[in-house]
Amino acid sequence: MNAKKSKAKRGYAKSAPLLLIALPGIVYLLINNYIPMFGIFLAFKQFDYVKGVFGSDWVGFDNFKFLFHTRDALIMTRNTLLYNLAFILIGTVMAIFVAILLYELGVKARVKLFQSALLLPNLMSWVIIAFIGFSFLNSDSGFINNTIIPLLGGKEIAWYSEGKYWPFILVFVYLWKYTGYASIIYMASIAGIDKGIFEAAKLDGAGKLKQILYITVPMLKPTVIIMTLMSVGRIFYSDFGLFYQMPMNSGALYDVTQTIDTYVYRGLMKLNDIGMSAAAGLFQSTVGFLLVITANGIVRKTDEENALF
Amino acid sequence: MKNKKITSEKKFEIVSTIVLTVLTLIALLPIALIVIASFTDEQALLTNGYSYLPKKLSLDAYYYMVQKGVMISRAYGISGIVTIGGTVLSVIITAMIAYPMSRKNFKYRNHLAFFVFFTMLFNGGIVSSYMLWSRFFHIKNTVWALMLPNYLVTAFNIFLVRNYYANSVPDSLIESAQIDGARELTIFRKIMFPLAVPTVATISLFTGLLYWNDWINGLYYITNPKMYGIQNLLIRIMDNIQFLKSGSASNLLGTASVDLPGTAVRMAMAVIGILPIVIIYPFVQKYFIKGVVVGAVKG
Repeated sequence: MNAKKSKAKRGYAKSAPLLLIALPGIVYLLINNYIPMFGIFLAFKQFDYVKGVFGSDWVGFDNFKFLFHTRDALIMTRNTLLYNLAFILIGTVMAIFVAILLYELGVKARVKLFQSALLLPNLMSWVIIAFIGFSFLNSDSGFINNTIIPLLGGKEIAWYSEGKYWPFILVFVYLWKYTGYASIIYMASIAGIDKGIFEAAKLDGAGKLKQILYITVPMLKPTVIIMTLMSVGRIFYSDFGLFYQMPMNSGALYDVTQTIDTYVYRGLMKLNDIGMSAAAGLFQSTVGFLLVITANGIVRKTDEENALF
Repeated sequence: MKNKKITSEKKFEIVSTIVLTVLTLIALLPIALIVIASFTDEQALLTNGYSYLPKKLSLDAYYYMVQKGVMISRAYGISGIVTIGGTVLSVIITAMIAYPMSRKNFKYRNHLAFFVFFTMLFNGGIVSSYMLWSRFFHIKNTVWALMLPNYLVTAFNIFLVRNYYANSVPDSLIESAQIDGARELTIFRKIMFPLAVPTVATISLFTGLLYWNDWINGLYYITNPKMYGIQNLLIRIMDNIQFLKSGSASNLLGTASVDLPGTAVRMAMAVIGILPIVIIYPFVQKYFIKGVVVGAVKG
């Protein structure tokens, strides 16, 4: 820190040329990220296409009142939170599990092969994944109804209209897409652990399993904290593709697939209910913001090293 | 004692190989199903459904695409333009804003860093962003709609490049260039940007992937089917299956529904939608992994 300061004292760089270089980026962020922040007032307006964004009438908190009186508000908030909790918990466990297996395997060629394969789902768009899901789940020609269920002797299931299966399907698809990706991060932190500790444990007669349980897993704590912290900050957001594309936007499934993001999209584009949609969006970004700040504050209190800012 | 240790490790190796093989199959088999379906005879698909061991193979789906490929090649063209154009633009602007942020003697570096960082904390939501882009910038149904909103410059990428500059490029390099009389823009163009190539490769990869796979901007801003990229074309075609099934389609479309591509064709389109990714992936895998790792380190 001191070295940095003394260097800075050596003389400020002329700021104008540097600012000029940064300008395109600044302008973009202003347009794409900052100006819409002021657009949150739309949540307090009765939007009217004829009167426009500025001309529409103010309605105070009416949009919020209406929103929270609907069943939607409860459902979308509940879904967003519960799915994210499941993703954080199960996702972290799976990622660490895979990371340890890959890392400890040690046979380079095999590790690379497994890793490439496990990462592949992460590179697919949600549209393609929805196609894949459809090839398994659709009722007339889907693989599950045509091959798996007859094999097990069960009855065909109308997947796209029965909500009770979707929490499992969505969690499974989430893990399928993201585990490989998340495991890379944990692999990198395992690689950062001091090898001497493992050597010492080995000398003391600890087998692989003991080493993993008593060294690797506890040493991953800082990474788990920072990753969880980031996910907690995003807990009011959901992967639009997962919840919109994957269930094929099926109305019968809204009870278990509606999240704040899909609600905002439907409100804005399908129902043209801009006020309520904006209210839901503001609810999302405000609570999200407070959650990041709180989560970071908690981590900073307990373990300053790992705080985000 | 020694023998026991070896067996414990050997056992672990065997077990983890088995578990990872199973996980790998789970990762790949679903993708394999649509690939196989694209090579399945349409009639076999209709009678037996999707299968890993189709009764009859056929290349018809791919022939169909070559013959009736106008709409498809157009969509590929648009996705290609958006991906390449968006990525190039994104990388240049990102590297440009990251450079001043990395300069330790730049007066506003902390202000700039906060300006960028804050976009990760709070946003105005999709409604106002949609209003701004569509009503004030009128980007609906243009390629700009697919390029500009959301993805062009992200705080994540900026910090990635900033950290690379700050950690890997010695200050003395810039100082000596300044002594030689180079201006800031020259320093950036001739020294800093070329030096950042490893990171630039990484963020190009991430950004390129993002643009190729994006369907959300298309969903919001593209209503004219002629402007669809490949992902949005795929959505439209999938919607049509639902539409046909609902029964109302046959009344509305009459015989027109015959012209809708069959299941195998849809799957073949999905397959060539993945193809560019699968082709490039082996060559860029190491950058991809590096990017994930570096990105996990906080800004």
